[in-house]
Amino acid sequence: MLKRAALKRLAQSALLVLVAVTMLGAGTPDTRFDQLGHKLMCTCGCAELLLECNHVGCPDSPGLIAQLHTQVDSGASDSTIFKYFAAQYGPTVLAAPLRGGFDDVAWIVPFALLILGLAGIVLLLRYWRARHLRLAPSAPAPPPTDPALRDRIRDETHYE
Amino acid sequence: MSHPMPTFGELSLLLALALCVYTFFSGTLALWAMAYNRPLAVAPDRLRETSRRAGLASFIAVACAAFALIWAAFTNDFSVDYILHHSNRALAGGYKFASLWSGQEGSLLLWAFLLSGYGFVLRLRHKGDITLTAYASTILSAIQIFFLLLLVIAAPPFAFVPGGVAPADGFGLNPLLQYPEMAIHPPMLYLGYVGFSVPFAFALGALMMRYPGEKWIHITRRWTMVTWLFLTVGIMLGMHWAYAVLGWGGYWGWDPVENASLMPWLAGTAFLHSVMMQEKRGMMKRWNVWLIFITFMLTILGTLLTRSGLVSSVHAFAQSSIGDWFVSFLVLTLVVCLFTFFRQYDHLKTENHFEALGSRESSFLFNNLILLLACFTVLWGTLFPVLSEYWDGTKTTVNAPFYNRVMPPIGLFLIFLTGVGPLLAWRSTSFRAVRRNFIAPCIAILVTATVLILSGLHPWADTDPTGSIYSLVCFSLGAGVIAAIAAEFLRGAGVVRTQTGKNLLSAAVLLTRRNTRRYGGYIIHFGIVIMFIGLAGAAFNQSKEMEMGFGDSIQVGGYKVICQSFSQDSTPEYDTDFALLDVFHNGTKITRLTPERRIYFPDTDHAQASTVVAIHSTLAADLYVVFEGRNADSGRPIIKVFVNPLVNWIWAGVGIVILGTLIALVPPLLPVSRRVEVLTPAPSRSSGSDTVLPLAAKVGAQLAAPEAPHA
Repeated sequence: MLKRAALKRLAQSALLVLVAVTMLGAGTPDTRFDQLGHKLMCTCGCAELLLECNHVGCPDSPGLIAQLHTQVDSGASDSTIFKYFAAQYGPTVLAAPLRGGFDDVAWIVPFALLILGLAGIVLLLRYWRARHLRLAPSAPAPPPTDPALRDRIRDETHYE
Repeated sequence: MSHPMPTFGELSLLLALALCVYTFFSGTLALWAMAYNRPLAVAPDRLRETSRRAGLASFIAVACAAFALIWAAFTNDFSVDYILHHSNRALAGGYKFASLWSGQEGSLLLWAFLLSGYGFVLRLRHKGDITLTAYASTILSAIQIFFLLLLVIAAPPFAFVPGGVAPADGFGLNPLLQYPEMAIHPPMLYLGYVGFSVPFAFALGALMMRYPGEKWIHITRRWTMVTWLFLTVGIMLGMHWAYAVLGWGGYWGWDPVENASLMPWLAGTAFLHSVMMQEKRGMMKRWNVWLIFITFMLTILGTLLTRSGLVSSVHAFAQSSIGDWFVSFLVLTLVVCLFTFFRQYDHLKTENHFEALGSRESSFLFNNLILLLACFTVLWGTLFPVLSEYWDGTKTTVNAPFYNRVMPPIGLFLIFLTGVGPLLAWRSTSFRAVRRNFIAPCIAILVTATVLILSGLHPWADTDPTGSIYSLVCFSLGAGVIAAIAAEFLRGAGVVRTQTGKNLLSAAVLLTRRNTRRYGGYIIHFGIVIMFIGLAGAAFNQSKEMEMGFGDSIQVGGYKVICQSFSQDSTPEYDTDFALLDVFHNGTKITRLTPERRIYFPDTDHAQASTVVAIHSTLAADLYVVFEGRNADSGRPIIKVFVNPLVNWIWAGVGIVILGTLIALVPPLLPVSRRVEVLTPAPSRSSGSDTVLPLAAKVGAQLAAPEAPHA
């Protein structure tokens, strides 16, 4: 009972840390500009992030950067800014799927698979272990004189 | 006008294709006749031998074709369209050689050449197991046929320029590729990609012939490790090239071409781990077969993704018409794999079962889950734009922000498993062993976290703490893994020292030589941890950009950069802008850097800019300076300065991984039976092997019996 309560507390703490990690983030305009500039793409065709496009004379990035400054200074939220850019330049201007809807699937699937995979392995191991115990002979193992058994033991004690 | 060498190259490719077709059909016929005892006009074993020899000859034919293309580059034969577009007269000799793989057709020819090279070695070393090698050779010839058909029909490297009149000079090699690492990176990467064909061919062949036992794994282990090593080196060289040449301050941009190389690496790493369960316990046979199938198919899928134009990439040959070929080949491969798998399903029955959750076997399962999840996530991110377009008609972009958010937790889990896995015993680990083996790593984790926090790493003080939290966890876990590895070495070396009287260092060397695979593996793990520490340093990157006149300075991360001068120069190949910058650290001048921006082919309609980054590198951080260009009005240079902590740890980590892999490839000093003898006197001091070593002690005398030497 105590064990279950401790586990529950542990899970709650882990969840709290996870939420704290993912939810923290509001900062100064400069920091926000830098963060948002790394979540937008340059539209000149260089396939670089907006603030990493290093073309001098790039026809697109100065305009985009100026618009980003304006948006950040206006105090708009991140999602409003992303929506603004997506409306202006199409969804490919966002460096990650950030529009909501089907875009959320991109973020959920890897973590869902991780959880499913971990749970699957634990269940599989428990099933295999139960089967192993069920199939295990009740009589003591024969002495290791059989050549096949000797080979098996040799394999199992091969310490690589 | 006659063109003897291009014609010779074309004919060589046709001859290679004919030889591979013969290898495939004669090999298939011979193996079918032998498997079902069917009579043939020619004795099946003789037919099989002619198939092998045709396969050997195909290598010479493809080598001739590759030679013809290089010859055309060196003799400036611009009548060949490929040479016209990837070389010019002023190009240095080394880069003319590199033009072989700088474009679509040439790189496919390199692929075919390396594949035939691997096939050549495989067919030469056929005596280890003639029938299995014959199966592998026949399967490999089928892959060769695909690439040769591609070269003959869809992407001919010897096609002449339209009109047939050779221009006076070529367009030259992409200046971004004119960098020494670029001369090595593609061949290394391709050696990795192509090399996975060999374990794939052996696995499929072993399954087709219902090969008894696990010997095929022993045969292919070295092939797989060498291939994995090439791929690792290829990826690392690509990262270093991107860092030193592209001038955006990073080394990994999550571009689809980069992702295409990472996916087979991850799947291949999973296979290298998982296959140990089959070798030692006869388990996971079906899983392992699929892992190697998937790894091979990922090399093809990656090529399909990046060469078909399906996803957009910053790399050169993203748009082409060969996608349908790769789709067909991929589907055909999948069908063959599925058919063979289900036909021979009963042959892959497991010999043992899992006994405990706390066992080496279960750690391998978790390791496989994480590696494959990482692989899937990369594939998912790469393909998501296509899925999104299919779903709602709008194409999205999946770039660094997605991967930087999703991949770090997966990577941290992997480091955790890197530390835990080797501490668990095969079959089952007792609580006492867990307690004993985990004390040092746990202390190392806690001490590192405490020291880092006390020395100023405070994630909670950051506006976006995600990166610094991940880094704190990565550094701490890394310390734990290093402690676990060190403890393993110390335990083993202590036993050897007791037995031999050598000092600890010599004992550790002897220990490694006695079991190169195990301790080489630990060194690889150590290298991976060092790499991860380097990657985690990216959370603390800083940068500043400024237009700099004489005497202007930028202050970033403890460095002060002062502009002393800026100027222009011109060479026959390029025009260059550069700045002379003095670098000060803690008030002392430490170096002078000269970042450049070059314009290649300046007076042509295909002028191309290239940065030459100036880097001052230390173990703590890189000062990375880029000449971004000149302000058109003031004429003054725009300089961007990055301070990138711990980047050198990445390169050092890869170096350690290479060293560990080479050690793991060396045969061990003593046979296994002798080593079991050595271990039996001190079972309690060996790592986590409580359940195994007492058993070894009981049967030690039997195992060491001279009449039964271990194979």
